[in-house]
Amino acid sequence: MDTKSILLVGVGGQGTILASKILTTGLMNADYDVKMSEIHGMSQRGGSVSTQVRYGKKVYSPIIGLGEADILVSFEEMECYRYLRYLKKDGNVILNDYQMPSAPILSGKAEYPEGLKEEIVKKVDNSLVIDAAKIAKEIGNIKTMNIVLLGALIKSMKLDFIDWEDVIRNNVKEKFIDINIKALKRGMEVV
Amino acid sequence: MKKLMTGNEAIARGVYEAGITFAAAYPGTPSTEILENVALYKDDIVAEWAPNEKVAFESALGASIAGARTFASMKQVGVNVAADPMFSFSYTGVNGGFVMVSADEPGIHSSQTEQDNRYYAKFAKLAMLEPSDSGEAKEMVKEAVKISEEFDTIALIRMTTRVCHSKSIVELNERCNVPLKNYTKNINKYATMPAISMKLRVKVEDRMKKLEKFSNETPLNYIEWNDKKIGVISSGVAYQYAKEVFGDTVSYLKLGFTYPLPMDKIKSFADEVDTLYVIEELEPFIEEQIKANGIDCIGKDKIPNVGELNPHIIRKNILDKENDSLDTDANKLIPRPPTLCAGCPHRGVFYELGKRKNIMVTGDIGCYGLGALPPLSSVDTIICMGASVSAGHGAAKVYRNNNSDKKVVSVIGDSTFFHSGMTGLLDVAYNQSNTVTIILDNRITGMTGHQDHPGTGITAQGQETLEADIEVIVKALGIRNVKTINPLRLNEMKEALDWALDLNEPSVIITRWPCALKRRTEKEKNEFGSRFDICKVNESICIGCKKCLSTGCPALSFNLEDKKAVINENMCLGCEICSQVCPVNAIDTIK
Ligand code: SF4
Ligand code: SF4
Ligand code: SF4
Repeated sequence: MDTKSILLVGVGGQGTILASKILTTGLMNADYDVKMSEIHGMSQRGGSVSTQVRYGKKVYSPIIGLGEADILVSFEEMECYRYLRYLKKDGNVILNDYQMPSAPILSGKAEYPEGLKEEIVKKVDNSLVIDAAKIAKEIGNIKTMNIVLLGALIKSMKLDFIDWEDVIRNNVKEKFIDINIKALKRGMEVV
Repeated sequence: MKKLMTGNEAIARGVYEAGITFAAAYPGTPSTEILENVALYKDDIVAEWAPNEKVAFESALGASIAGARTFASMKQVGVNVAADPMFSFSYTGVNGGFVMVSADEPGIHSSQTEQDNRYYAKFAKLAMLEPSDSGEAKEMVKEAVKISEEFDTIALIRMTTRVCHSKSIVELNERCNVPLKNYTKNINKYATMPAISMKLRVKVEDRMKKLEKFSNETPLNYIEWNDKKIGVISSGVAYQYAKEVFGDTVSYLKLGFTYPLPMDKIKSFADEVDTLYVIEELEPFIEEQIKANGIDCIGKDKIPNVGELNPHIIRKNILDKENDSLDTDANKLIPRPPTLCAGCPHRGVFYELGKRKNIMVTGDIGCYGLGALPPLSSVDTIICMGASVSAGHGAAKVYRNNNSDKKVVSVIGDSTFFHSGMTGLLDVAYNQSNTVTIILDNRITGMTGHQDHPGTGITAQGQETLEADIEVIVKALGIRNVKTINPLRLNEMKEALDWALDLNEPSVIITRWPCALKRRTEKEKNEFGSRFDICKVNESICIGCKKCLSTGCPALSFNLEDKKAVINENMCLGCEICSQVCPVNAIDTIK
């Protein structure tokens, strides 16, 4: 098979890194060669975060270039637009219907840009907009938003043959295992 | 067993498998996680945070002379700090194998400079290896320790951000336990006095010749033959990028051992291919040496020497091809600049500093560099670790000698103070300037993600230890005017600044409060309390003046519709800085 490239983007603190870790571990368990890279500068302080996962028979570069991602999963609307150029012309987008204002917006110096979601959906033939916050809240913990999105990604990439529950069991704290498995399932159902 | 690891985790695993027993480092992105992971092998390896890279290097070299296999890691600018002992130790050579890592940062994600530390190998004349992914990183530590012992040299492993921080699959092996080597006193080897160094100097040249022979023979440098129209010489992550772009359509000479270069192998490879490309990240380190040997190649004509390399650049510049990508309008995007965290203990300091006129603020390396950015905008210079205090001293002297009443305030973190601020402060006291030094004591190394240091009273491997007392140190360095304050109380900060700026002698203000992200120890809970409350804006009182927003707290925002400030209760830590700034007391703490 050809190498597949997945780009996950969001804002520091949203859990993109945990989602990517679960994803990469599952892919490794399924005997793919896999490489993952995080780009986060000073993420603790509210910057944008992206993680890149590539898998296949043999993977060389750990990073994804412009127009190279098969799928873009965005945890936040504006970040989705920021990274849209990395998507292949015929790639898919999974967009969390969620906005997080950045510092200039918070301080009233700028306004959150309007119409980004609409523009993304128009530009990308294959896009899926999910209100992951709503689903995560229904399950009982807004913080599982990342795993809901991961579930949607797994289904979209037809990776549901891998034992993801096992990976979750080995990668999250005991008391969050059940809720994360629930989040994963709900995410898969959305697709 | 196979495991997914970052390059840094893989280096740590390599340190374990190679039978290394002593390791030291100072934290710095992108190298930090190496020692953090080495420290986990508590039963087999002593792992220490040193106060700075020079000390880390020197303690490791001492351990090597004593006969142990040893290790030191640092970021690229950290090597500048360790360069002095590195050059001398290159002359003496090792006893137990000595491996060091330089983690370079192409693209300058969180450093002062972008430097290609491969030149250090050439400059200090030592053996160098360059892994291109995690699997290689782990194996190369084991190779490096052997090379170090066999050729009596420091073995430098040069990593870059992308190798450090990307994950790939690593096959785990057992640890090889090696006995301590005998140490016998030998000043002709270990004492770099002029007469001895002259002899060592000749030995070093001899070593380099042997290493070059090794470089030509080692499987770390290998050829992959494909079509011979194009040949690519590459190293590090650049090799992976080249493979990504060209696949099996061109031939490769992959260099894992990059100093000294395998010039014979390079010549024979060059002879067989029609066009030779050298693809390397940052400087033309390999290209220059190849050209100096009279071999024609294309390198930096096509590949820039600035910033991180990627497959896109190679594809575009060599093949003249670009991927189709979607059009977006960058003007629509609002940036996400980093800010001091909500509840950061430094916020109040910079807020008060920003209000002062007629001062120069010399800053340093740490989270508090963000105090230079709007809205706080209260730092003038950021040069390198420790420079705030000494640069401040020089500036203050000039102002005083020119009868200027401008005052200098130097701002430095606790970890940075231990790193290289103490010597600067000694200079201030000894050479008599009147700077105000503010030591931002947030009880941890904040910027790199919470590593302990001598001031925290805990070691890299979690043991309790001496807790260095900054106030006592400052006094011992000769500063008579010292105040320790709580930086969350703006009036305390203001009074301390008034007091210090009024003095005609040097002074130190220690602002003592833990980093907002730090998990507090029992001892700290006693001193600082166990948690914050949160604050809330009383909308009926708020007049929408936006003064609170000038603190730059990310938990604060402004509602444009009803023109009131809003506090995000999920982020607020109730530090009360904003409430002290509000002119109408519209912000209350709620329990
Ligand atoms: S990590 Fe700590 S010291 Fe750094 S900005 Fe955040 S709160 Fe402040
Ligand atoms: S009290 Fe004010 S300044 Fe402090 S964290 Fe909360 S909103 Fe930010
Ligand atoms: S400083 Fe006080 S009055 Fe002014 S916007 Fe903030 S909360 Fe409102």
